Amino acid sequence: MRRYFARKLLIYALTFVVAVTVNWMIPRFMPGDPVSAMVARARVSQPEAAEAMRTYYNNLFGFDEPLWQQYLHFWGALLQGDFGISIFVFPTPVGDVLLDALPYTLGLMIPAVLLSWFVGNWIGALSARRKVLDNTVLPAGYLLTAMPYMWIAVILAWALGAKAGWFPISGGYSLDIQPGPSADFALDALHHWVLPFLSLFLVALGGWAIGMRNMIIYELESDYASYLSALGAPQRLIRRYAFRNAVLPQVTGLALQLGVLVAGALVTEIVFAYPGLGSLILAAIQNQDFFLLQGAFLFIVIGVLIANFLIDIVYVVVDPRTRTGMAGGTS
Amino acid sequence: MSTLPDPAPEAPTAGAPVAKPGRESLHYAVRNPKLIIGVSLVAVLLAVGVIGPMLLDNGNPNEYVGPQASAPDGTYWMGTTTFGQDVYAQFVHGLRATFLVGVVGGAIAAVIAMLVGFLAGYRGGVTDEILNMLTNVVLVIPALAVLLIINAYMGVRSVAVQGLFIGLTSWPWAARAIRAQTFSLRTREFVDLARLSGSGTWRIVFREIAPNMSSYLFMMFILLFGGSILIASSLDFIGLGPTEGVSLGLMLQSAQQWSALQLGMWWWFVPPGAGITAIVGALYVANVGLDEVFNPKLRES
Repeated sequence: MRRYFARKLLIYALTFVVAVTVNWMIPRFMPGDPVSAMVARARVSQPEAAEAMRTYYNNLFGFDEPLWQQYLHFWGALLQGDFGISIFVFPTPVGDVLLDALPYTLGLMIPAVLLSWFVGNWIGALSARRKVLDNTVLPAGYLLTAMPYMWIAVILAWALGAKAGWFPISGGYSLDIQPGPSADFALDALHHWVLPFLSLFLVALGGWAIGMRNMIIYELESDYASYLSALGAPQRLIRRYAFRNAVLPQVTGLALQLGVLVAGALVTEIVFAYPGLGSLILAAIQNQDFFLLQGAFLFIVIGVLIANFLIDIVYVVVDPRTRTGMAGGTS
Repeated sequence: MSTLPDPAPEAPTAGAPVAKPGRESLHYAVRNPKLIIGVSLVAVLLAVGVIGPMLLDNGNPNEYVGPQASAPDGTYWMGTTTFGQDVYAQFVHGLRATFLVGVVGGAIAAVIAMLVGFLAGYRGGVTDEILNMLTNVVLVIPALAVLLIINAYMGVRSVAVQGLFIGLTSWPWAARAIRAQTFSLRTREFVDLARLSGSGTWRIVFREIAPNMSSYLFMMFILLFGGSILIASSLDFIGLGPTEGVSLGLMLQSAQQWSALQLGMWWWFVPPGAGITAIVGALYVANVGLDEVFNPKLRES
C-alpha cells in the first residue's frame, strides 16, 4: 500500500516536472519568436519604441539570461505562485485571472464528470439484463460517444435555447446582474449552467453506459457466476458480485478520461461563451497572450493530477487487491 | 473507453470441421450486421469525400458562389453560408480532410503505441519500468492542452502537421493495452521456442507475438483513427485548424463564429457535425462487429 502510493506520487511528481519543462521549453525552442510576434502585433512605428518593447518582453520572459538560469527562475517564480502578467488583461497577474475563471470551470466539470459516471454505469448495468433496454442503450451510446462535444452543444443550444427559449445560450450569468453571493445571482448562474452541463454530461454518458454493459455481460458469463448459479444462489447476489467486479475498470477509466474531459470543457465553454478557463484560453490564443496560455496549461495539469490522485485513493477503497499490496498491474 | 477483449483465438470445438482462421473470420464477417453497416457507412462517406470534390466545377470550396444565407434547395443541396459559400462543397472537401487527419493521426499513434507496448511488455524489467513511466506521464498530461500551446506558437498549420501532433500525443492508452497483451503472450511455448532458436527481440515481436494479436491491433487502430478525428475537430473549432482549405471542424467553427445558431441557419452547423458523428460512430459500430467476428465468445447464438 505504501509502495503503491509512493509509485503513484513519483509518477505525479515526474509528470508535473515534465509539464513545467514542456511549458518552459515551448517559447524558447519553437521555430518563430514569440517576442518578435508580440512586438510586430503592437504595430509600433518608431524603431526605438519597438526596441524598448523587445527589451521589456525579453526581460519579462527572462530571455536575457543563460538558459539554465532561466529554467531555475521559472521554477522559482512558479513555486511562489507567480505565473507572470497577462497581456490580454494587462496588468493583472495571470494567477488572478485564472483563479477568477476557475469556479465556473470546476462547477461545470465536477458535476458533469461524476453524474455522467454514476448515471452511465447505472444505465449500463440495467441494460445488461433487459433486452429491450439493451437494444436502445447500445446504439444511443455509440451515437453519443461519436459526437463531437461542440456539436452536441450547438444542437442543444439551438433546440432548447434558440427554438424553445428555455435556457440562455451564452454567458455564465446575465449582464444586468452583479456576480456575488446573492440568491438572484445563484439562480441566474444556474440557469446559464444547464445547457453547457447537459452537453458535457450527454457526450460522456454513452461511453460509460457501453463500458459498464460490456463488463457486466462479461462478468455474468464468467466461471464464478455460473458456479454461483449452479449452487442455486439468487440472481440478485450474482448480479451484485458482477457489478462489484465490473465497476473496477470503470474507476480506472475515470482517471483515463479526465484529460479528455478537459478538452470537452474547453470547447463547450467556447460554444456557450461560458466565462471559465476554456474561454480564457481562446482569448489568450487570439490575443497571443503567452503567459496566460502557459498559466492555463499548468492549471489544467495540476487539476488533472489532483483529480487522478483522488481517484487513486478511491481505487484503494474499492479494490481490495491494491490494499493487500498487489500494486500496479491494472491493464 | 471500451473494455479490452482477449484477442487469443479460441480453439474450434471438438468434432466441428476445422476451418482456416482467415476463412472462418471472413465467414462471420460477411454475416455480421454491425460490421457491414459500419463498414458500408464509412465506405460511402469516404467515397463522397474522395469523389465529391472532383464532381464540383469549382476547385475552391471557400469561394463565394451563390446567394447569401439561403436554405437548402435544388442548386445548393446543403444551402449556403452568410457569405454565399456552398455548404455542400465545403462538406465534401471537409470529409476528405477529416479522413486524412484520422489516417495520419491514427497511424502515427498506432506505430508509437506498438513500439512502446511491445518493447515494454516483451522486455519487462527496467525497460518496462521506464517506458511505463513515460506512458503514464503522457497519459496524465492532457493532450489537448499541449496541442493548444504548440499550435499557438507554431505558424505551420496543415492537416498533415495536425495529424502528426495528434498522433504524437494520443498513443498512451493503446500502448498500455498492447503491453498487457504482450505480457500474457510472451510466456507461451511458441515464444520460448523462438527465443531458444536465437531470434532477436524485434524478430520475435513481429514474427511471433504481433501476428497473434493482429485482430486486436487492427481494432485499436480503428479506435485511434476515430479519436484523431474527434481531437482534430476540437482543435479546428478552437481556431487551431489548418490555415488553408476546409475541414468539418473548421466549418463548425465558422458557423459558430458567424452566429449561424442565432440566425437559425441550421444547414450550416448540422452537416459538419453530423458528418463527424457518422464517421466516428460508424467506426465504433464496425469495431464492435469486428470484435464479435474475432472473438467467438461474443457471437450471438
